[in-house]
Amino acid sequence: MAVAADSRKQKGANQSSSPLQQQAESYLVHHRKVARDSAERLWRTPVASMMTWTVMGVALALPVALLLLLTSLQGVSAGWESSARITAYLSESATLDDARALQAEAQADSRVLEVELIDKDQALAEFRASSGLDDALDYLEGNPLPHTLLVTPDEASRTAGGVETLVTRLQGMNGVDRVQVDLGWLQRLNAMTDLLARAVWALALLLAAAVVLVIGNTVRLSIENRRDEILVAKLVGGTDAFVRRPFLYTGAWFGLGGGVVAWVLLQLSLWWLSGPVERLAGLYRSDFSLNGLTFDGALALLIVAMLLGWLGAWVAVKRHLDAIEPGEIAGG
Amino acid sequence: MIEFRQVTKRYDSDHTALRQVNFSLARGEMAFLTGHSGAGKSTLLKLIMVMERPSAGEVVVGGQVLNTLPRRQIPYIRRHIGVVFQNHQLLFDRTVFDNVAMPLEVMGVPARDIGRRVRAALDKVGLLSKEKMNPLQLSGGEQQRVGIARAVVNKPPVLLADEPTGNLDPELSADIMHLFGQFSQVGVTVLIASHDIALINDMQRRTLTLDHGELTAGGGRGR
Repeated sequence: MAVAADSRKQKGANQSSSPLQQQAESYLVHHRKVARDSAERLWRTPVASMMTWTVMGVALALPVALLLLLTSLQGVSAGWESSARITAYLSESATLDDARALQAEAQADSRVLEVELIDKDQALAEFRASSGLDDALDYLEGNPLPHTLLVTPDEASRTAGGVETLVTRLQGMNGVDRVQVDLGWLQRLNAMTDLLARAVWALALLLAAAVVLVIGNTVRLSIENRRDEILVAKLVGGTDAFVRRPFLYTGAWFGLGGGVVAWVLLQLSLWWLSGPVERLAGLYRSDFSLNGLTFDGALALLIVAMLLGWLGAWVAVKRHLDAIEPGEIAGG
Repeated sequence: MIEFRQVTKRYDSDHTALRQVNFSLARGEMAFLTGHSGAGKSTLLKLIMVMERPSAGEVVVGGQVLNTLPRRQIPYIRRHIGVVFQNHQLLFDRTVFDNVAMPLEVMGVPARDIGRRVRAALDKVGLLSKEKMNPLQLSGGEQQRVGIARAVVNKPPVLLADEPTGNLDPELSADIMHLFGQFSQVGVTVLIASHDIALINDMQRRTLTLDHGELTAGGGRGR
């Protein structure tokens, strides 16, 4: 009764703004203060903090790097599927005029979007340029290469079945020697990326758990270090949420730092790898490139890292903070 | 303000810390709690602070029965009870000002009010000039007064002290007791656990005496 009267008196002592508004304001002020304070504590022990950030950074960078690689690979196969082309090699006896006639015939088919003719001279020139067998080719008497038609199926026929019927149709044409669709390796690549995707997610899950445990342990140590403060805070009427708050912020800051380290590691390795990858892709005539993190991706990485840090802190706080009770201060 | 109704506290089957304790303290009353060590003084204080719950009977503080208080409500009760310890329980990683400000921060008092109220509390215990110092730089008596400033900074209706003069010489002890007397004059209920019989006799106040968990003197209703 008297207690209630007292608290009313305290509220009544507030000035202008409404008590609720003032309460909310001081709540936010306190959050900001605790956030700043826990960040400053991390700065005060830079080496220890940096070590935790690096551990987190490595643990986060690894799965993210694999995920990026995976997306790049999926980009490759998607690109190839959409431009699945059928190569029809004409018989050696076919002349350039025959080849033009066949090109026109194939083009007339409604299932065909485009037919490109590569005549044997052009093919030889390309082969010469790309194979490096320049000298060896000089010894050949004639051009061993046939004329070639590159058939791009119509949008609707770019399914396995559609391509199949088109292949049969081309094979039936007079003067066509051999028809080739090289989609087998693409299917294998797809199967492999699917498998890889699962492995990466499993790895990501394991490493996320590791991050949570690392942060949990670090926060446990900082709880031990601030034991007296926790006792006093509980003694003067600090709620559980109040006592937990600095540690949850500590976890989140550890997470944010880890996320930043992970991002830096990713950018560095991307920069380091991009040259060789481009050369390799060039050799395969692929437009494959390693994609870095987009702005959204980087933001998501940081947010996930902060959440993991927060979660780790929560685990430690749940286990260790509630066990600290002011009862042990006063002697028996 | 504080009322014990047939309170018994048993820790385990063979150790009974308090046995059917009955007493009540009125608003603004100041009383001493005395007895040999292990008589149950600390247990009694802990029951008021809800650090322990009674095995039987009722503890009532400010009209609220504490037995059935849910755990999450405990902090709000503690905000109405100031506590002073023999070993101060000050934090040495912050200034005197920040130590005293803790109860206000916990309550979410706006920053501009915190400064005003902390300085008022420090002024009351005569340490206004030392607000920026670390408690380690202060003498034992000064540290104890910082502890008192922290206990009263949010103007609690109840003030508890556990051996507040245990480490102090008689003159300083008398000073501290005088301070407690001033708080009771403005309506704070003060309960001081102490075994300093000479000091208690000097103060001429109501004295609750515990002997092996039983209240042998000073029980019942206050003035």
